[in-house]
Amino acid sequence: MLNPGGNIQLDGEGRLRHFLTTDGLDRRILIEILDHAESFAVVGDRPVKKVPLLRGKTIVNLFFEASTRTRTTFEIAAKRLSADVQSLSVNLSSTTKGESLRDTLQTMEAMHCDMFVIRHSGSGAAHFIARLVAPHVSIINGGDGRNAHPTQALLDMFTIRQHKPDFAALRVAIVGDITHSRVARSDIYALNTLGVREIRVVGPKTLIPAGIESLGVKVYTEMESGLRGVDVIIMLRLQRERMRSALLPSEQEYFRCYGLTEERLRLAREDVMVMHPGPINRGIEIDSRVADGERSVILQQVSNGIAIRMAVMALIAGAGRGRA
Amino acid sequence: MRIHIAKGRLLDPASGLDATGDLWIAEGRILAVRTPPPGFTPDLVIDASERLVCPGFIDLCARFREPGFRHKATIASESGAAAGAGITTVCCPPDTNPVIDSPAVVELIHQRAEQSRKVRLLPIGALTHGLAGERLAEMYSLVQSGCVGVSNGSRPIRNTEVLRRAFEYAESHGIRVFFCPENADLRNDGVMHEGAVSTRLGLPAIPEAAETVALAEAILLIELTGARVHFGRISSARSLALIAEAKRSGLPVTADTGICHLHLTDADVNDYNANCHLIPPLRDARDREALRRAVAEGVLDAVCSDHQPHDADAKMAPFGETESGASTLETLFPLLLDLVDQGALDLRTAIARLTIRPAEILGLPAGRLAAGAPADVAIIDLRREWTLTEVTIRSAGKNSPFLGRRLKGWIDHTLLEGRTVHTLV
Repeated sequence: MLNPGGNIQLDGEGRLRHFLTTDGLDRRILIEILDHAESFAVVGDRPVKKVPLLRGKTIVNLFFEASTRTRTTFEIAAKRLSADVQSLSVNLSSTTKGESLRDTLQTMEAMHCDMFVIRHSGSGAAHFIARLVAPHVSIINGGDGRNAHPTQALLDMFTIRQHKPDFAALRVAIVGDITHSRVARSDIYALNTLGVREIRVVGPKTLIPAGIESLGVKVYTEMESGLRGVDVIIMLRLQRERMRSALLPSEQEYFRCYGLTEERLRLAREDVMVMHPGPINRGIEIDSRVADGERSVILQQVSNGIAIRMAVMALIAGAGRGRA
Repeated sequence: MRIHIAKGRLLDPASGLDATGDLWIAEGRILAVRTPPPGFTPDLVIDASERLVCPGFIDLCARFREPGFRHKATIASESGAAAGAGITTVCCPPDTNPVIDSPAVVELIHQRAEQSRKVRLLPIGALTHGLAGERLAEMYSLVQSGCVGVSNGSRPIRNTEVLRRAFEYAESHGIRVFFCPENADLRNDGVMHEGAVSTRLGLPAIPEAAETVALAEAILLIELTGARVHFGRISSARSLALIAEAKRSGLPVTADTGICHLHLTDADVNDYNANCHLIPPLRDARDREALRRAVAEGVLDAVCSDHQPHDADAKMAPFGETESGASTLETLFPLLLDLVDQGALDLRTAIARLTIRPAEILGLPAGRLAAGAPADVAIIDLRREWTLTEVTIRSAGKNSPFLGRRLKGWIDHTLLEGRTVHTLV
């Protein structure tokens, strides 16, 4: 069994030290994060939206790839934990990517930062950095290439649990560009670890990577059969460049085959949840009426993202105290 | 220098010799095998008892990084590493900077090799000008100035018409083409083998068809042109079937694989190990088994190191952004010996894949223990074990996927044309 990052993520006592991927993290840790997030979810409803858990800690968001919502939720999460937070968008055009990544990180480390949130276009970037940093520094993966987006996966699990707490009963369909999706991968590992009944991936073969069945999913190339009887639908964002690289003929045809419409939604269970990591392409992967409809939990996902990121940062900082 | 190598186990796949005996060397050549030449007075006697004595190894592909990449390695550094690994002849592909597409670059490489004199360095010239795949390189002039053949290195030729004409032109002058099959479009932005592991790691993948489609195209063009082609760095089982079929139908083709592909699979990329970032990519366990069988059965004529030394920075990045290639000169023989120990092939076949078969492909008189042949000899302690570390690696490139591994097959002496170029007893 492959287990990338399975060891490097934990400290000697089996507690979370880095958060790089959901692949290989056991159920105990996932549930611990979800339970912690539960307690942080109420912080946002208070008049004073702060807890002092990370006072004196410095967290740096190091984003080598454009992002607004992920970066913003990480910033808000860090501030609500009373940490000092600095966000940096690093322009890669001027220098060799690898050098820039490593050098930027070491510069930051020299400023005695405690935690880095990294987003990077290279799969494995977070693992690469986690292996380089000093023992007192922790890495949170904010999305690396096609590999992993573990906080997104956990906020998805959190949102699902709010509505459907019995994971073992669930059939989940993930629809769209599986090949290029770090969200799909991280969701698949987390869902399997939490013991869902069935995971389906739905899309044309051009967007389904080789050997995906080995991750414990069923492949559907037809939308209707893929949605039949499912409890959760996770729609993925379709990137425009897929049309340019001969993976799809057009947005129109994609919507016709795989767009989530009200009609198709009726094939799923009546109480189906519709999820999307955002930002959504209305009329390309999802009909506006579905995105804004009563089965959609897309905005809840966004608010839950803050609680999950607070939980991950707090747990990691706790492990950090143990090491010091 | 007159040398008497005494009481070794002489193993020479070319003649079938495998027996304890002596070897006599004079004036850079082997003077006699097992039967003492009359009136021989040696300047040096090497006691080879309990040692294997075989022809020095011939490596069909190793990059010494000169000219152009001296921050990675130099002809001097890698010549020493090759000698230490029992390798006496090395072919270097043309993807240097500048590319080996003019006699001046060949001359430069020869000069540098002459300064260290530790290995016979045979440049392979460019097949197309600048390896750009557009115009033919001056193949005839390149061979006249000392190139042993022509190749486009690991740069695919997208234009099939250019490939056809390049094959035709090479054949007109009786020049052997060294060809690494890869379809650039199917390779796309891939960095590892397409399969369950690439899917799991989220790394852009290279389908097996990137190799087989290019190989099938080349085989059909060989049928058309009659070109003599050596296929390098074969990585997949399906390719082996195509090569076996081409050989059965009498086409003038030969083939090799790199040593890493006989030991590693895509599963070794797990955890984003950049030292396992190779092109062609490491494929799956079934491919590895097929490659081992092909080495044993002769579908693959040779095993090369595909040595690609790198500076540390080249591997210090997320996997997909690292440079591909491994430093492998010094594990070439030990890892082939490991396959012998595992029962995948016999020792004589293993030695043949490193000596007489590549010598035949190159048309060299080396690679055999025969009177009159160049005195290129490796004397090996098959039992001595050591651990491969960045310190034991003599190459300037420490980027081995096998760091920390226990190895057997210690090279005691290497002779190049009767000169000791390495000794470490």
